[in-house]
Amino acid sequence: MSTPATSKTTPPRPLSPFMIGPYYKPQMTSMLSITHRLTGLGLSFGALLLVTWLVCLASGVDCYNAILPHLTAWYGKAVLVAFTWALLYHFCNGIRHLFWDLGKGLDMPTAEKTGWGVVFGSLLFTAAVWALALFVK
Amino acid sequence: MSYRSPLGHARGLGSAKQGTHHFWVQRVTAVALIPLTLWFVFSLARLPSADFDAVTWWVAAPSVAVALMLFIGCALYHSLLGVQVVIEDYVGSEGTKIVALLLSKFVHVVAGVAGIFAVLKIALA
Repeated sequence: MSTPATSKTTPPRPLSPFMIGPYYKPQMTSMLSITHRLTGLGLSFGALLLVTWLVCLASGVDCYNAILPHLTAWYGKAVLVAFTWALLYHFCNGIRHLFWDLGKGLDMPTAEKTGWGVVFGSLLFTAAVWALALFVK
Repeated sequence: MSYRSPLGHARGLGSAKQGTHHFWVQRVTAVALIPLTLWFVFSLARLPSADFDAVTWWVAAPSVAVALMLFIGCALYHSLLGVQVVIEDYVGSEGTKIVALLLSKFVHVVAGVAGIFAVLKIALA
């Protein structure tokens, strides 16, 4: 892309992520928006982890048994709980985004209400999934 | 220094031919991921055991294999589009941006092919 001639006369301005803090007051809705992006980025790595797990499973019992103790150890479980929450947060907030795309729930009181719904919903959902995994057999 | 206006540069080149495609596919994969994610999370939580035999038996079931491949495909496509926007938003220099975009695209495609191949290998074994 060639730079338009006018850009040389434009003073440098602070861009998006650096606006929060010194220029914009952090708000619940903007924090949830950032969290959506961060969980999304984290889940990209989670997807690579899922693929690694499946490739290892497909390549045989030796490879699988080499990684299984790490998955079931306390630190492995902690990482999996974190990924579960990230997935369910991105899931719940993603549905909130789809409603916005339909033009619904865009007013501030509703956006804040659905925002808290996403926060508590994703935490409850994560707790329910892990209760199901650990205690219901 | 160029005296051509931005409009002068763009005129005659036609549209970028992309339009709203990126936005739309991001939403299509998002909607597809609603049932797939619910299925994935609850299926993993309901696995009787995480050992080799139990997981292989689970992946090999035809309905599970198909759902798993759809989940991997949709999730990685959705991830590719999302990571692309993050790179475009935060990487300033044009060269680094193109390298990062290419790298992201390659990693996503390799992961998708590897994941789907792994599921097929287990299911068709």
